[in-house]
Amino acid sequence: MSVATTANYLNEEKGLKSWLFTLDHKRIGMMYLFAVMIAFFLGGVFAILIRLELLNPGQDFFTADTYNQLFTLHGAVMIFLFIIPAIPAALGNFVLPLMLGAKDVAFPRLNLASFYIYVVGALFALYSIVAGAVDTGWTFYTPYSTTTSTSVISMTLGAFILGFSSIFTGVNFIATIHKLRAPGMTWFKMPLMVWALYATSIIQVLATPVLGITLLLLIIERTIGIGIFDPAMGGDPVLFQHFFWFYSHPAVYIMILPGMGIISELVATFSKKKIFGYKLIAYSSLGIALISFLVWGHHMFTSGQSEFSSMVFSFLTFFVGIPSGIKMFNWLATMYKGRITFEAPMLYTIAFMFLFAIGGLTGIMLGAISIDIHMHDTYFVVAHFHYTMMGGTVIAFLGGMHYWWPKIWGRMYSEKWARVAWALIFVGFNVTFFTQFFLGSQGMPRRYYNYLDQYQPLHMYSTYGSWMLGVGFLIMAYYLIYSIYKGPKAPNNPWGGLTMEWQTTSPPIQHNFEEQPVLEHEPYDYDTRMVVNDQLIKKEDVKEKENINV
Amino acid sequence: MDPNGSLIFPSQVSTIAPEVDALFDFILYLSIIFFILIVGGTFYFVWKYRKKGEDTFTKDLSHNNMLEVLWTVIPTILVFIVFVWGFKSYMKMTVPPDTSMEVKVTGQKWFWTFNYPEGATTTNELVVPVDQPVKLLMSSTDVIHSFFVPNFRTKMDVLPNRYTQLWFEATETGEYNLFCTEYCGKGHSEMIGKVKVLSRADYDSWLAGAGNAGANMKPEEFGAKLYKDKACFTCHSIDGSPLVGPSFKGIFGRTEKMTDGSEATADENYLRESILEPQAKVVQGYQPIMPTYQGVLKDDEIDALIAYFKTLK
Repeated sequence: MSVATTANYLNEEKGLKSWLFTLDHKRIGMMYLFAVMIAFFLGGVFAILIRLELLNPGQDFFTADTYNQLFTLHGAVMIFLFIIPAIPAALGNFVLPLMLGAKDVAFPRLNLASFYIYVVGALFALYSIVAGAVDTGWTFYTPYSTTTSTSVISMTLGAFILGFSSIFTGVNFIATIHKLRAPGMTWFKMPLMVWALYATSIIQVLATPVLGITLLLLIIERTIGIGIFDPAMGGDPVLFQHFFWFYSHPAVYIMILPGMGIISELVATFSKKKIFGYKLIAYSSLGIALISFLVWGHHMFTSGQSEFSSMVFSFLTFFVGIPSGIKMFNWLATMYKGRITFEAPMLYTIAFMFLFAIGGLTGIMLGAISIDIHMHDTYFVVAHFHYTMMGGTVIAFLGGMHYWWPKIWGRMYSEKWARVAWALIFVGFNVTFFTQFFLGSQGMPRRYYNYLDQYQPLHMYSTYGSWMLGVGFLIMAYYLIYSIYKGPKAPNNPWGGLTMEWQTTSPPIQHNFEEQPVLEHEPYDYDTRMVVNDQLIKKEDVKEKENINV
Repeated sequence: MDPNGSLIFPSQVSTIAPEVDALFDFILYLSIIFFILIVGGTFYFVWKYRKKGEDTFTKDLSHNNMLEVLWTVIPTILVFIVFVWGFKSYMKMTVPPDTSMEVKVTGQKWFWTFNYPEGATTTNELVVPVDQPVKLLMSSTDVIHSFFVPNFRTKMDVLPNRYTQLWFEATETGEYNLFCTEYCGKGHSEMIGKVKVLSRADYDSWLAGAGNAGANMKPEEFGAKLYKDKACFTCHSIDGSPLVGPSFKGIFGRTEKMTDGSEATADENYLRESILEPQAKVVQGYQPIMPTYQGVLKDDEIDALIAYFKTLK
């Protein structure tokens, strides 16, 4: 790649081997990015096929079996292979040491190991497609998953292995944040993205083992026939749901917290404003991480768990909503009296505010038990979690990718095409998923291959929306890949950001910084610092000049 | 969409439905206010404070305790109200009145069976009197299913290792959709039934006639009705296309290879055995997953079905 004439992490070492055995967090991050993008593409193709089949009731393109395998693959690939590693392991890997002013993560070998474990897990998961694709849904509910003839073991083993990759990243990040901050960077002078990654890592390390154990128990039940979940062997299927959601509810915060971290960075940078309520945002990340462990039962209001449990879980659920609400208000207040510009990352920030507000507010509806009883397992829930996971996390991920793209590759993408793709994705997303709120409240159950005629119009609009989304993503893939080869050279600090990753070259040199950087100003000191054409301007200097002139 | 319902919900046909909808509306209005605050605020600010002219330093507004306490405490109070309201209506939903009539519900791949206190049995059609609390005692014979009637705003999972219960009181006569909402495999989306709400008089006369439904019909007509009512069609077509099980077209007298390698001809005894002990002989290429109809079909009903199969040439 002929990116730049100067040496950087992309061109210093050459050849495939230099990538496969690299210990550089930036290269590992990019390999992760490459892998999760493949997963996102696959998951997206499955989604388009699902929507295509649902265009009309009855059989259009696939049999019921194929459809059931498609929605299982869509869920499993998007969650285990894409969204969990997307921000922490891909973007986070790249920016975390840069933001801390560090040379690398604390354990570079563990970092590489995490990537290869991810690859092995992904191969197991994808092998299941040829071995008789799983048809259980990504939730693997027993006893269906114990009794179906499809390759449940290969897929769950894949998810089990992927868990270790996630735990390794978490451990690595916690150690890195504790030990490798630049001189002067105290905990409350860290960028909020780092706080978000820290909270995420805690959940990854504490919750993922439970999923591992659960899936292992499921595998044991299937292979050796020890009854744990299957009532035919003396097990309890509801126990599986408790175990599964004990991981999988905190896991949705593994997905959204880093996205919130990105939004904190973007709001401050593109408003050129000190972030409003820094401490409250930092604490709310930790608050979310803690409470997230105590709300799993809200997935089980209709499962037969006791009424008392349902009451407690409903109560706690509302309190995990509050910290998210606080963040929204703080971001809004950050924009107040800012100096706002509208490059692609900011457009994604605005889209995030819009979509995540809907995702969050519909979450309040679902937290109320009596409403959830009606909405549970309908398209309302499908719409709700796509608004939070895609409208929230994926939109934040795209914002972050556009934000750090010039730093990663040293090239700028086409702002014009970025706007076109953004508009298509924003509108397409709403057409696809807003319709599903109405489908769900009208009673349309999820995971239905066939449906009653009365639901056809809304399903049709939803499918049209999915095509818009598809086109938007294809345009994005095109201009981003084009920019790597042909894009104009990026300055070191194209957006005028004050966090440390903008103080090194674009792309960064192999060891990140020429010398150990020292924290000279806080990450959001836009009241006294500004960067114009890569030059840092301090308010006190400007004042002095003015005084001399006077 | 339900022509009698609103844009958001299907029509309210149970005593609990208005309560659920009222809470939903309350949260919806709150949500609209908060959405306008947050998203309207975002649009307003990004427009008002867009960069105009030269780069400048911005104001040092790092935090404001009063504001931050406000937007923590006010939402907390509001969600607490929502929690209490949601819990109260949930309690009404889960505690059946003493006057409830009890129906036993069995979910299995992929149909529902209902056993009434008076001894009647129906498949995929729950018949209940209007203005009468009905308590359903539910269990599954295979995987987890879930009993959902959108018009009643109520739902409960149906489990293989325990009873779950659900109650409702229908407020209007008519036919309402019943969905299985817990994914249960290939026929999940075909596991759709009806709840038929009748006036008390109609219910009583239905109950009286339920025992001898085929009395005034020719056997093959009665069989055709049973083919539909007992949900045979979910897995067996009559047009020759293979579904989960073999098609009934031309089934009588057909000779098929079984999974154990033997051959069998579908005569009266073979068909009877396949209905009552489906696992005894399984046609090659199909899974041994059909549930037994022992106790679900009476002798005269099996006779009628066989008579009907003979007409499917």
